[in-house]
Amino acid sequence: MKNSIGVELPENLMNQYHYQPFITTKLDYSEISRVAPVVRINTNQSKVVDSLIDLIKENVKDGMTISFHHHLREGDQIFNYVMQVIINLGIKDLTLAPSSLTNVMNEMVIKAIKAGTITNITSSGMRGTLGKAVSRGLLKNPVIFRSHGGRARAIATGKIKIDVAFLGVPNSDEMGNANGMSGKAVFGSMGYALIDARYANRVVLLTDNLVDYPNTPASINQTQVDYVVKVDQVGDPTKIGSGATRFTKDPKELKIAQMINEVIVSSPYFKEGFSFQTGSGGAALAVTRYLRQAMLKRKIKSSFALGGITNSTIELLNEGLVNKIMDVQDFDQIAATSMRDNKNQQEIDASWYADPFNKGAMVTKLDVVILSALQVDTSFNVNVLSGSDGIIRGAIGGHQDAATAKLTIISAPLTRGRIATIVPKMTSISTPGASVDVVVTEYGIAINPQRQDLISYISKIPGIPLYSINELAQKAVDIVGEAQLPEYFNRPVGLVEYRDGTLIDVINQVKI
Amino acid sequence: MDASERLRRTMMFVPGNSPAMLKDAGIYGADSIMFDLEDAVSLTEKDAARTLVYESLQTIDYGEAEKVVRINSIDTPYYLDDVRVMVKAGIEVIRLAKTDTAEMIQQLAKDTTAAEKEFNQPVGSTKLMAAIESAKAVVNANKIAAASPRMMGIALSAEDYTTDLKTHRYPDGQELSYGRNVILHAARAAGICAFDTVFTNLDDEAGLIRETKLIHQLGFDGKSVINPRQIPIINQIYEPTQFEIEQAQEVITAINVAHEKGSGVIALNGQMVDRPVVMRAQRVMKLAIASNLVDEEGNYLEK
Repeated sequence: MKNSIGVELPENLMNQYHYQPFITTKLDYSEISRVAPVVRINTNQSKVVDSLIDLIKENVKDGMTISFHHHLREGDQIFNYVMQVIINLGIKDLTLAPSSLTNVMNEMVIKAIKAGTITNITSSGMRGTLGKAVSRGLLKNPVIFRSHGGRARAIATGKIKIDVAFLGVPNSDEMGNANGMSGKAVFGSMGYALIDARYANRVVLLTDNLVDYPNTPASINQTQVDYVVKVDQVGDPTKIGSGATRFTKDPKELKIAQMINEVIVSSPYFKEGFSFQTGSGGAALAVTRYLRQAMLKRKIKSSFALGGITNSTIELLNEGLVNKIMDVQDFDQIAATSMRDNKNQQEIDASWYADPFNKGAMVTKLDVVILSALQVDTSFNVNVLSGSDGIIRGAIGGHQDAATAKLTIISAPLTRGRIATIVPKMTSISTPGASVDVVVTEYGIAINPQRQDLISYISKIPGIPLYSINELAQKAVDIVGEAQLPEYFNRPVGLVEYRDGTLIDVINQVKI
Repeated sequence: MDASERLRRTMMFVPGNSPAMLKDAGIYGADSIMFDLEDAVSLTEKDAARTLVYESLQTIDYGEAEKVVRINSIDTPYYLDDVRVMVKAGIEVIRLAKTDTAEMIQQLAKDTTAAEKEFNQPVGSTKLMAAIESAKAVVNANKIAAASPRMMGIALSAEDYTTDLKTHRYPDGQELSYGRNVILHAARAAGICAFDTVFTNLDDEAGLIRETKLIHQLGFDGKSVINPRQIPIINQIYEPTQFEIEQAQEVITAINVAHEKGSGVIALNGQMVDRPVVMRAQRVMKLAIASNLVDEEGNYLEK
């Protein structure tokens, strides 16, 4: 069976996982049903427990699904702490369903797979040693990769049924009222964790900062929480996010950023009240600064900035150039702490942000988005999951979700070292080309031929060379030569869902 | 296009031993790219860098940029191979470091001719330029600029020069005022280009702007740059104003009208337009196009 991108999908896998092939990026008006969690009624005066071990013994059983969030990123100290206890207790056959996996969790996940503790994983992505191990077949069952919106959809519709959620928070009271905005391990918006708190059967908060009851503002509240566990440290503040995201000095990134900015301001979407999402890459951050200049010059204000937020977005908010920040996660300390003091920086959960199966996510109102890519193919499909060697080394994040914006710009260098980025065939597909409009490289741009309307605006920007995507791919070949595709075993190690739950690609085990 | 009329606002240094920088040098819009085989390359890498630059010139598309190489000075063992290999690669301009006398340029011209013959390049096709890096060179600037019909330009190289003067660089550039003016006059008298020295503090954007405004005012064709980030800053200072563009367009329209009438006399608003005005108008339009200030039909574009 083939999906609409032409990917051959193994019949047995489709049946086993009840998948439909990916057809379209468009959503219809069909009805779905949300599930509800099991609620154990609690009238205790405090939910604080002393022993994590007893808690896990009582609540985590073989075959269950457990979840974590990744808001603490590389500073996370909760995941490894909890997983070690679970491994020690000899619990087997768990499904690990975190919002994403960061490098700091890699060795523990590998250990848990080897111990038989974890036998299934669903995640936004994975990197480093874990990505390598999974790509080489460490896990028997394929990992299911879902976007942030796709995860919210899968949880709300019961495709992911979380039995126990372990959520690290920088503050909580004894009943489980908590937020991400103050404390040592402050990380700002807890947009991904809010879904777990709402849908998991058991919710465990872990904090190093027990505060007076009642704790407000409460992003997670006591009606959702079963236990509060006091730990020594939730996270290493120096690794949760950089102090302030710095403006790049890399001339190639600046060049790409300038071109992206030109594309945006030349488009019909750059007008009073436009909305945008930029993400955290070096070029994307630089775009924010160029956009600021353009907004000042043309006297244009933005209605909202969406998604992952950085210091440079906060500056626009404080300057009055952006009316609202709709914040699902924060990438640096300034963004994380400013939420507490700024009523126009609104915390949103992953469903509000990007879930395709709700009554309207923010991404449907999004005008302009800048997204990155490991590879882009000549049909404008984008890969953000696997490297040119076929090894999993990335995450879908909000890529598929935000790509549904009215103007989706992919920022990618033509080559990285000796590796081409624009290629005839990628090692995996994350986001369909149907939702991608413009690819910007340091050599020039390519516009998706589906968007003839854009060509009239963007093709005449002086100083920005316009190529076909095939010409860009050829330019890359001219510089680095033809690449050989990696060799694979006929054994799936990853299933890539589109945000609506259809199957967009299958990643096989690599031979290297 | 007459070589002397080519825009040379920026000449970007690219270390000859850096594959990544050689690969990307063409994307930043430098008018000239100067591949460096001299100071940027350590003694142990001289041969490797020469080969790398040769291969880059064969494989990488540098677009419209003028391709210049800075070779090692005449008294080094690398000099002759630098000349031969770069001529074989079809380099457009050879820049000689530490040029103190006209005789050095004449020697280089002779060696270049031999190399052109050896590798079947048209004799005379390779241009030369001299880097002025000492008091002696400044004193000899007039002769150096006129030393060969191959000469395309002379450039001030201020680091060695200020050391030779027993001073160093100051923010206001007073120590360079004599040298800059001598070089500019030597270049203009010989009908070639004049390039100003690099601005080394990458984080001092205000300083770069101040210095570029000064050399633009003096009449320099452009400036050497050590980082692509400096290119748009310098280009902006060389941008003509909307008023200048519109005036230039009027002059060019008047020329065309005169040509259509078969008249040798060009008149604008009842006044005769003489040759310097025409040349200035043509240069303004060239700058306007290079600065993306006019569209294909010549309409002024609001930035």
